[in-house]
Amino acid sequence: MSVMKRLSLIFRSKANNALDKMEDPRETLDYSYQRQLELLQKVRRGVADVATSRKRVELQINQIEAQARKLEEQGRKALGVGREDLAREALSRRGSLQTQIADLRVQHDNLQAEEEKLTTASHRLQAKVDSFRTKKETIKATYTAAEAQTRINEAFSGISEEMGDVGLAIQRAEDKTASMQARAGAIDELLASGALDDFSGQRGDDIQAELDRMGGGNDVELEIARMKAELGQGSAPQGAITPGPAQPQQQPQQPQQQQPQSNQTQQLRQPGEGL
Amino acid sequence: MIVRIMGEGQIDIAPADLDVLNALDAELEAAIEAGEEEAFRVRLHALLDKVRHVGKALPDDSLESSELILPPADASMDEVREMLGNEGLIPG
Repeated sequence: MSVMKRLSLIFRSKANNALDKMEDPRETLDYSYQRQLELLQKVRRGVADVATSRKRVELQINQIEAQARKLEEQGRKALGVGREDLAREALSRRGSLQTQIADLRVQHDNLQAEEEKLTTASHRLQAKVDSFRTKKETIKATYTAAEAQTRINEAFSGISEEMGDVGLAIQRAEDKTASMQARAGAIDELLASGALDDFSGQRGDDIQAELDRMGGGNDVELEIARMKAELGQGSAPQGAITPGPAQPQQQPQQPQQQQPQSNQTQQLRQPGEGL
Repeated sequence: MIVRIMGEGQIDIAPADLDVLNALDAELEAAIEAGEEEAFRVRLHALLDKVRHVGKALPDDSLESSELILPPADASMDEVREMLGNEGLIPG
């Protein structure tokens, strides 16, 4: 009987210690009721905190999923233009994001379970607090001090055990949520600073940049071929060709940040270089 | 006899079911003493499942104290050790 028995003895001695400190039975009742209400508040705040953390993790999952989809799209595009190497790169980055998503899903489920537990605990405590309040008023109204003391002890030990239990549940939930919040905070920071982009998105953007560049390059080649045909020339005059009209039309998102303005045309013809 | 599973609430157990619970409890204690986390987990769950299975939940608004109290299902062995060893950890 040891584990079960010892735990119950510990709870009971806690309740008795608290009772012994009170001299006037009515004081015991009112004081205890006050503490019950406080604990109830705390449990409700706990439920709200856990729910906030859960929503935050949900948001992060959505953001990272969006990035994963983007990488998949880029992989498909890369394959479409025959760049299997780029496609592999995009997919392997997507893979590491998926690991992160799986980890966040586990956290999300844990938070949800914690939230449900605390919600149930809060309902139970509420029912007991209500019942205690009724009992408290009956005891105060009906009995002599000596009789009251016995009945108070009964009511008090029942509620105090519940409070000990719920108090511990809140404490555990807070501990768990705190460590999850720390991790969620770290991911938020990564998302905000673009460092996660770096590891997924922004380097994913260099995949995009290269794809854009290749697309741009092809357009330029086509345009040049067409112009050459129009002019009936065998060789193109150097530096005279402006790719201007074709470019903005077909490639609205050209990678400005990596391209020095002066030799744009040349750069665009060199897919896969310059990084 | 009223048993509390921490975090879950109180359950009423018939005296006839107590023997098997005591046996499971003794095994749980042995696992804690031996420091076997794996055995501890299995036995804690066995004990809790048994209590849930044979017992009947008390209404939420009852104000009775429990004869026996059991740790929550997701408690680690260290947590239970602390609960047993250090009264200061249990608030209330």
